[in-house]
Amino acid sequence: MATLNLLVLVCFLYVAFLFTIAFGADRAARRGRGTWLRSPVVYTLSLSIYCTAWTFYGAVGFAARSGLEFVTIYLGPTLVMIGWWWTLRKMVRVGRSQRITSVADLISSRYGKSNLLAVFVTVLAVVGTTPYIALQLQSVTLSFAAFAANEPSGTDLPNQQSIALWVALGLALFTILFGTRNLDANERHHGVVMAIAIEAVVKLFALLAVGVFVVWGLAGGVNDTLARIDASPIAAWEVSGSRWVGLTMLSAAAFLCLPRMFQVMVVENEDEGHLRTASWAFPAYLMLMSLFVLPIAAVGLDVLPEGANPDLFVLTLPLQDGRDGLAILSFIGGFSSATSMVIVAAIALSTMVSNHVVMPVWLWITGGSAVMSGDVRNVALLARRTSIAGIVLLGYLYFHVSGGGTALAAIGLVSFAGVAQFLPALMGGLYWRAANRTGALAGLGVGFVVWLYCLFLPSFGPSPVMPQAVIDHGLFGLHWLRPQALFGAEGMDPLIHAVMWSISLNTIVFITVSIISFPRPVERLQGAQFVNVFEHSGSPPGWTGGLAQSEDLLIMSQRIIGGPQAQALFAAAAQRQGLAGYLPEPSPEFLQEMERELSGSVGAATAHAMISQIVGGASVSVEDLMAVADETAQIMEYSSRLEAKTEEQERTARQLREANQKLTQLSVQKDAFLSQISHELRTPMTSIRAFSEILRDTQGLKTAEKSKYAAIIHDETVRLTRLLDDLLDLSVLENGQVVLNSQTGRLGPLLDRAIAAAGVDAETFRIERDRQAEDVMLTTDLDRLAQVFINLISNARKYCDSPSQVLTIAPKRQKDRLLIDFIDNGSGIPTDHQSMVFEKFSRIGETKAGGAGLGLAICREIMARLGGDITYLPGQSGAAFRVTLPQPFADTTPPVSA
Amino acid sequence: MGKRVLLIEDEPNIIEAVSFILSRDGWDVKTHSNGHDAIDAVRARAPDLVILDVMLPGKSGFDILQEIRADGELATMPVLMLTARGQVKDRELAEQSGVSRYMTKPFSNADVLEVVRSMVAT
Repeated sequence: MATLNLLVLVCFLYVAFLFTIAFGADRAARRGRGTWLRSPVVYTLSLSIYCTAWTFYGAVGFAARSGLEFVTIYLGPTLVMIGWWWTLRKMVRVGRSQRITSVADLISSRYGKSNLLAVFVTVLAVVGTTPYIALQLQSVTLSFAAFAANEPSGTDLPNQQSIALWVALGLALFTILFGTRNLDANERHHGVVMAIAIEAVVKLFALLAVGVFVVWGLAGGVNDTLARIDASPIAAWEVSGSRWVGLTMLSAAAFLCLPRMFQVMVVENEDEGHLRTASWAFPAYLMLMSLFVLPIAAVGLDVLPEGANPDLFVLTLPLQDGRDGLAILSFIGGFSSATSMVIVAAIALSTMVSNHVVMPVWLWITGGSAVMSGDVRNVALLARRTSIAGIVLLGYLYFHVSGGGTALAAIGLVSFAGVAQFLPALMGGLYWRAANRTGALAGLGVGFVVWLYCLFLPSFGPSPVMPQAVIDHGLFGLHWLRPQALFGAEGMDPLIHAVMWSISLNTIVFITVSIISFPRPVERLQGAQFVNVFEHSGSPPGWTGGLAQSEDLLIMSQRIIGGPQAQALFAAAAQRQGLAGYLPEPSPEFLQEMERELSGSVGAATAHAMISQIVGGASVSVEDLMAVADETAQIMEYSSRLEAKTEEQERTARQLREANQKLTQLSVQKDAFLSQISHELRTPMTSIRAFSEILRDTQGLKTAEKSKYAAIIHDETVRLTRLLDDLLDLSVLENGQVVLNSQTGRLGPLLDRAIAAAGVDAETFRIERDRQAEDVMLTTDLDRLAQVFINLISNARKYCDSPSQVLTIAPKRQKDRLLIDFIDNGSGIPTDHQSMVFEKFSRIGETKAGGAGLGLAICREIMARLGGDITYLPGQSGAAFRVTLPQPFADTTPPVSA
Repeated sequence: MGKRVLLIEDEPNIIEAVSFILSRDGWDVKTHSNGHDAIDAVRARAPDLVILDVMLPGKSGFDILQEIRADGELATMPVLMLTARGQVKDRELAEQSGVSRYMTKPFSNADVLEVVRSMVAT
């Protein structure tokens, strides 16, 4: 006879047993003993919180309603454990290296420690998990009710609500006691994990016991059981392929994303190697859990009266048969499933709520000064504990309000679909560098809204929030917005419909927005850390700080992680830096280590915010920028190398073009020069040949004629010689082969010499000179200078078209130069010819009397060699040439005013 | 009666030499020594033959030749180009411009006489 009182007593005893286990495990761990606590078996068993009361009771109900479909719930996690072992390992590695405290922390940390994202994930997780906690409370209440209904004495049925409340309070107390002993959420909760492992064994044992009883006790052996299954409606359930695939994928996604699964799989993970064991052991566990589901369902449908709740077959079958002991064991199994789920879910969610919602708000309210003055440790603990109570209470409220009407499995799947929205951001964060915060936020937002609209709200049935009209005709009467036939996708299973739309829209938006938006530097760095976690166990964004801040940091971390631990951390860091005492240099490495430590307690975003408040550095340090810059530089370098190559080719091409142009120009010049030379040589030779033939061939020439023609021949020969001399002279000057013979002398005598050499007739050609100005000492190649003067003087004589020719020679001093102007009284050189006069073979005037047009070209070359210049001076009374000499004046003659 | 020849040349000694040679052969030699108004001189004197230098002050012999050929009445005028520019391209340019005969300086007196005679033979 199972009385309710006995049941309550058993419950208390069981809970007391769990307390003892947890306490003992915690103590053993604290004392450094209990390596068995860290065994892969414990890890694997702790994963069994996946099997909640929903699985324990609900799977049978599921099977009774939908046949083999219940298998999908086990198939998903099995596939993940076996096929996605690599992903799990990556998640665990990232979680450990970044000291991740929750799934929200992981996503926030990956996307640039964005607290907004963390809050979003937290809210989504709370909304998704609350019904699930309600579900657990409901299952406990229902199981109580089942006992009560079976009570022959008809004892008063205890109020369902009050049972749920008591259970909720007990769970909250247990969770607070063992879940928040350490502030560091990243530290393992050995007690809790151990208790969960025990509960895993209990629930498996209970379910197997009921299964054995059903098969051999009730059905009469394996063959009979199979026959009953064949006969039951279960065999007739048709299997819908899309629903199978959809449910399997959904449970696989949920297995990765559920906050409580993340808690036991990543946060509580001791050793990556444990995953190896879990990858086969956990599927085996699931297989055992599902082994007797079908027989129990089939026999239950067969034996129990019509209308019996199939969700409670596990319990009602032994009760029906009067096996109270077995029934109590079964009850304990269900109780275990419910409690372990609530405990872990509450720990996981409270970490998220306190780290991402309460602490940031508190930090914001106190304006950061609290980091120094307040007791952060107590605040964090209080936040964590309040959150646990709040979450469990929220679950109770949900249960209270909803009245616990809906079938258990349905709520479970709705909840799964909710948390599955994390999947794109989570997987994208682990494998896709370009994934960024904006994309994650957008994807999550869209997925959440679609889930809410298509699945969560309609799951309550017609309600004020989601009236029947909206379900039938869509929001605002828009047909394509019908929550269960979005965009006209009719005829689908509502759950699969919602999962399909929410996940695919979530993924599409996430990818699209990630591609079109640009990540911040921190995101890029974290992205690299996460995606390449196996390549470098490197450093997240670094810090820089001043020495004075070390003490502030110590004070702060003492408040967060506790005095002894903080002091040990600081002392160790100081020792590593070769310093005595407790205050290490706040080097980037140390600050980083500290941030990791703190993030274990308060989450990455909050720890980052706390340290930045003390260190005061921008959250993006120079190192961050350098790292990002490095990455960019590599890309830039490649493209700039290409660019440089192109530039170099361009430069070479330009040089070649220039050279070619020059060569072409030279070739043209050479042609012109040769043509000129040819002309200048042929002209005198023509006269010479013509007249010598005349002298030779003509009979009876007069003597005067003979001597005239002979004189012409002579003159032309002289002209030819002079031309050749000039050419040679010019060639020597142009090639720079000329040897200058520096002498010192006065300008006056030099001009005398030049005038005499030019052979001018003083009668017809007057030269005006300034004897005083000519009294200048020169140090240069006087012979070459004289050659220039002779040229200018004879040019004036030849080309000055004045009837009475006058040449004025005017030397002037100008700063450190000596200017000597030669100005005649002719009509000068026309403006358009002035630039030409110094070119070879250029000749002004109509006759060719005299030279070949090389004189001024030679003058220009000579002056260039002497370091001076010769220019045409426009705007004078006649043709005017200015000779400029650089002049280190040797004498003290005062400058002559112009 | 001598045929009339117009020598357009700017080098005094060459003018003297050519004048001497042709005069002795019975030609009526007129000379002109710049390029500017050479075409006017040709029209004014309407000679039987023009001897044309290339490097002339004011206008090149090629230009003058083209002007002669462009003039309807002078289109058939025999023109002997006598130049110190002996390159192939100069000869080509002269032929394109419609020269009758082309000789390079320095020349043999006998050759000049022979060519000049042949050009006004009929």
